Amino acid sequence: MKERLQELRQEALKKISQATDLKQLNDVRVAYLGKKGPITEVLRGMGSLSAEERPVIGALANEVREEISTQLEAKKAELEEEAIQKKLAEESIDVTLPGRPVNHGSHHPLTKVIQEIEDLFIGLGYSIAEGPEVETDYYNFEALNLPKDHPARDMQDSFYITEEILLRTQTSPVQARTMEKFKGKGPIKIICPGKVYRRDNDDATHSHQFMQIEGLVVDENIRMSDLVGTLEIFAKKIFGEEREIRLRPSFFPFTEPSVEMDITCKICSGEGCPVCKGTGWIEILGAGMVHPNVLRMSGFDPEKYTGFAFGMGPERIAMLKYGVDDIRNFYINDVRFLKQFFAADIPVSTESSTNAVFEQSGILGSE
Amino acid sequence: MLVSYKWLGSYVDVSDVTPEELAEKITRTGIEVEGIEQKGATMKNIVVGHVLTCIDHPNSDHLHLCQVDIGEGEPVQIICGAPNVAAGQKVIVAKPGARIGGNVKIKKGKIRGEISNGMICSLQELGIEGKVVPKEYADGIYVLPEDAKVGSDALALLNMDDSVLELSLTPNRADCMSMIGVAYETAAILGKKVKLPKITLAPSGEKASDYISVKVDTPEDAPLYTAKVIKNVKIGPSPLWLQTKLMAAGIRPHNNVVDVTNFILLEYGQPLHAFDYNRLGSKEILVRRAKVGEKIITLDDAERTLTSEHLVITNGQEPVALAGVMGGANSEVTNDTSTILLESAYFDSHVIRKASKDHGLRSEASSRYEKGIDPLRVREASERACALIAEIAGGEVLDGMVVHETLNIEPVTVTIERAKVNQFLGTNLSVETVANILARLQFPYKQDGDAFVVDIPSRRWDITIKEDLYEEIARLYGYDNIPKTLPDGAQTAGGLTPYQKKRRIVREILEGAGLNQAVTYSLTSEEKFAHFTLEKSAPIKLAMPMSEEHAILRLSLLPHLLDAVAYNKARKNDHVALFETGAVFISQGENIQPKEREHLAGVMTGLYVNHPWQGEKRVVDFYVVKGILEALFEKLQVHSRIRYEKANIDGMHPGQTATILLNDETIGFVGKIHPNMEKQYDVKNVFAFELDLEQLLNTETAPLAYEAIPRFPSISRDIALIVDKEKSAGELEQIITEAGGKLLKEVKVFDVYQGDKVEAGKKSVAFTLTYLDPERTLTDDEVTKVHEKVLAALHEKAGAELRK
Repeated sequence: MKERLQELRQEALKKISQATDLKQLNDVRVAYLGKKGPITEVLRGMGSLSAEERPVIGALANEVREEISTQLEAKKAELEEEAIQKKLAEESIDVTLPGRPVNHGSHHPLTKVIQEIEDLFIGLGYSIAEGPEVETDYYNFEALNLPKDHPARDMQDSFYITEEILLRTQTSPVQARTMEKFKGKGPIKIICPGKVYRRDNDDATHSHQFMQIEGLVVDENIRMSDLVGTLEIFAKKIFGEEREIRLRPSFFPFTEPSVEMDITCKICSGEGCPVCKGTGWIEILGAGMVHPNVLRMSGFDPEKYTGFAFGMGPERIAMLKYGVDDIRNFYINDVRFLKQFFAADIPVSTESSTNAVFEQSGILGSE
Repeated sequence: MLVSYKWLGSYVDVSDVTPEELAEKITRTGIEVEGIEQKGATMKNIVVGHVLTCIDHPNSDHLHLCQVDIGEGEPVQIICGAPNVAAGQKVIVAKPGARIGGNVKIKKGKIRGEISNGMICSLQELGIEGKVVPKEYADGIYVLPEDAKVGSDALALLNMDDSVLELSLTPNRADCMSMIGVAYETAAILGKKVKLPKITLAPSGEKASDYISVKVDTPEDAPLYTAKVIKNVKIGPSPLWLQTKLMAAGIRPHNNVVDVTNFILLEYGQPLHAFDYNRLGSKEILVRRAKVGEKIITLDDAERTLTSEHLVITNGQEPVALAGVMGGANSEVTNDTSTILLESAYFDSHVIRKASKDHGLRSEASSRYEKGIDPLRVREASERACALIAEIAGGEVLDGMVVHETLNIEPVTVTIERAKVNQFLGTNLSVETVANILARLQFPYKQDGDAFVVDIPSRRWDITIKEDLYEEIARLYGYDNIPKTLPDGAQTAGGLTPYQKKRRIVREILEGAGLNQAVTYSLTSEEKFAHFTLEKSAPIKLAMPMSEEHAILRLSLLPHLLDAVAYNKARKNDHVALFETGAVFISQGENIQPKEREHLAGVMTGLYVNHPWQGEKRVVDFYVVKGILEALFEKLQVHSRIRYEKANIDGMHPGQTATILLNDETIGFVGKIHPNMEKQYDVKNVFAFELDLEQLLNTETAPLAYEAIPRFPSISRDIALIVDKEKSAGELEQIITEAGGKLLKEVKVFDVYQGDKVEAGKKSVAFTLTYLDPERTLTDDEVTKVHEKVLAALHEKAGAELRK
């Protein structure tokens, strides 16, 4: 019986090692370990054995059974691993092929610029005010301290529909309309973006239709220093923390004093280059303290209220920011142009290291 | 305004600043210096030469051989092609090795066999604009005065080593349209004093009033008119110093008298006009409005027809000048003139602007009158001119000035307080600082503690209110010295309105679906104006359009979006998906502001899915566009209130277009562009939509709320229906929904078939119906009961049979 068991062990192990798939392996299990298998048979014949032999043969039979069983498991794992490897090899793909494109469009670059500015000022407590693109002469000019015979409002510069109705030449009428709505009581803090129209021939730097974005703050005790501080936040947030600003006196009929703001040229960092015409500075916006006549006409008492306003051209900002060299690109809508603005434009500098004054004010915390 | 640095130096000491430093200071303090030009900077080796002999070139019919003394011992031979070159002239010589204008280098050379040691130059060759070169030298070389020193530096003689600052003046700073005005500004910046010209007139014994009388018909047009008379002048070219000053300022020299008037115009900002007294034809000046149809030939030889809105200077009968704009040819100073009538006046800016505009004539004089002049300089400028004319044209200035004056100058006094200045500017200026700035401006003031009572000089007519003075103080203190603060009043919350938020969502959804945001022009053509309109309107036309393409305000965004598709198609950008949000304009009648509605429109063409290597390509069709809109409506929570109805819309394909209804009101349409329209726009297979964005976004929606996830299983039943071909899936769906009641959770089309497996004129539409009770598990019997009801309703209302 001993011999028989040894024989069975040899046979079974041989068959296990020869098995090439899981089915063959299972056949081996059924053949040797099954209820009708030879080992069971051997155990069944143990009754004819002596009391001394019985435990010895029993132990051997269990040992053989266990060994076959262990080998079966090992072989099974081996075959399974082989099968997986084979499957994986079959499933291998070229990972360098392009992925399935996801459709995506993009904001128009001017919208990108406008929304960035809107969001900056919303953070400073401003609302967004909008108004009609076809305006009355009153709101477009007169309410802004540009009476009918003012030289700065040449008929030639505006698209009139009738004598009293015209396409607005600036977004400032929204300021006048907003001030009227507030009925002489501040505070007002608004940003007014929108389309404006002027009689210009379309070329690389002119467009008969373009965008403007303006800001207006009216309250008691608004100081010119508040304007300067606000403009500096704007310049650093939109153009980069490393930008310096400078202010120059200027003239607008609706502000007094009036200023123009330059920032250091991004291209040459203020060294002087063709983009900044060698000055190191680039003109960005016009601003000033709201003219008392404008306050008065819109129902505010200039002895009690003061305010500041600023305005700029999103096209110009987009041209500077993205290096666009022809303003017509914004209105032609060539998809090769538009698609380039899908990419997010996050400023390189992640630190918000604005002037200590603003941090103290509590309005600008660290982000 | 072109400002010569050297000339400016005669009114204010600028010796301690370079032209560049001065320009920077002026720019930072108030007036933008657009450029600095030093014409002579790039030129060298240009000297005064004396033409000793001048003979014709033997091998040329127009060249001359000149022997020229250039102060280097032996004369040199120079070939010159100028028609006006002649022996005896003092000329400008560029020696071999010289650099002239345009960075041209002069070399010794041979011209048609003859040696030329340099070049005799015209002013143009030295970079001076042809339009300011005196007429007599316009087509030839420039002849220097006889006393020019041979061999000396011609550039210095011509003042070309000077720097000229180009000031870009804002309308409020017209006071700086004069050298004296700029001198005051410079003095304020540098803290210096202004030196004004000294005027001395020799007495004559004869009185101007014996020669002329002055009458003004409309004193409001000419509140001050003065006349001086100068006898025995000798007309001739001006001295070089005067000519070079005028040329540097961009004015062409004419003759000594005219040049003096222009010089004074530049110096004082006061326009003057010199008449030939003897050609006036009378002894009176009458200033009046022109008669309708009256004519005058101006100095530029143009005949101008006048109206009663134009002011003229007359000799009592006929016009001799268009006031403040240009003189008349009939009284022009010529070489034979011996007696001058010199006008110096203060004209109203409106009447001058009108004439200048109507006649397209913007002269140095008119531009100054239009922007305003200093009334207190009218007399002084005239006297200074007389003195100069006497000096350089040898005249005799008659005693007295004939004046007609109704001008009443109200002195302007502005009172400011230091505390208020500081409150307004956010500064902390001391009384001394404010006082110092006022002193630098040379504004007389009285100080009373913190208050300053400032007498504004008439030369600064732009200053009338205290804010104007705040600006003066701020700019001289330095804008960059103003602290940086933020408003510290009541806090405001800020933010977007619900509409503005939703508009941003609309953009993001459409962009997420692959559409690029476009911006097109609001002005369109008469033809395109009528296309794809949601609402009819009379055209709103510009009074003076610049082109037919941009003459009328748009009623639809689609025409220009289709233009954009065509533009892209022409550049082989075949797959285009664009959208735009923008206003359209609906007329409310003439002289009333139109109604503005914000619209949303989109165009799509080409491939929507383009993934060829895995065999995925999908061309844009109606359902692609509709699917995008469905996602948009779902995002905006209006999808359950939206319906589509097949519709005929002008310009759209009648079989592939639907109107979109929200709460049963039309808000727009979606569909395919009509082939005829596609032809007009040169596009193909374009699908489009246009919606009234305001209607869409202003509709009220419930706040977003969570709906519990069902805990019980749903039961689905598929049905395939045979119906008439014309029956729409939407109708069937509506019948199903109504009949299905509460338990019917969802209806979904999963197949539409039309072909030989169904009867002709019929089609098969298959739906999956999902039943659910959120409270319990539905039994098969319950579902069957409802489902039978649905089938019965479909049969009854739509004649639908179950497909076997």
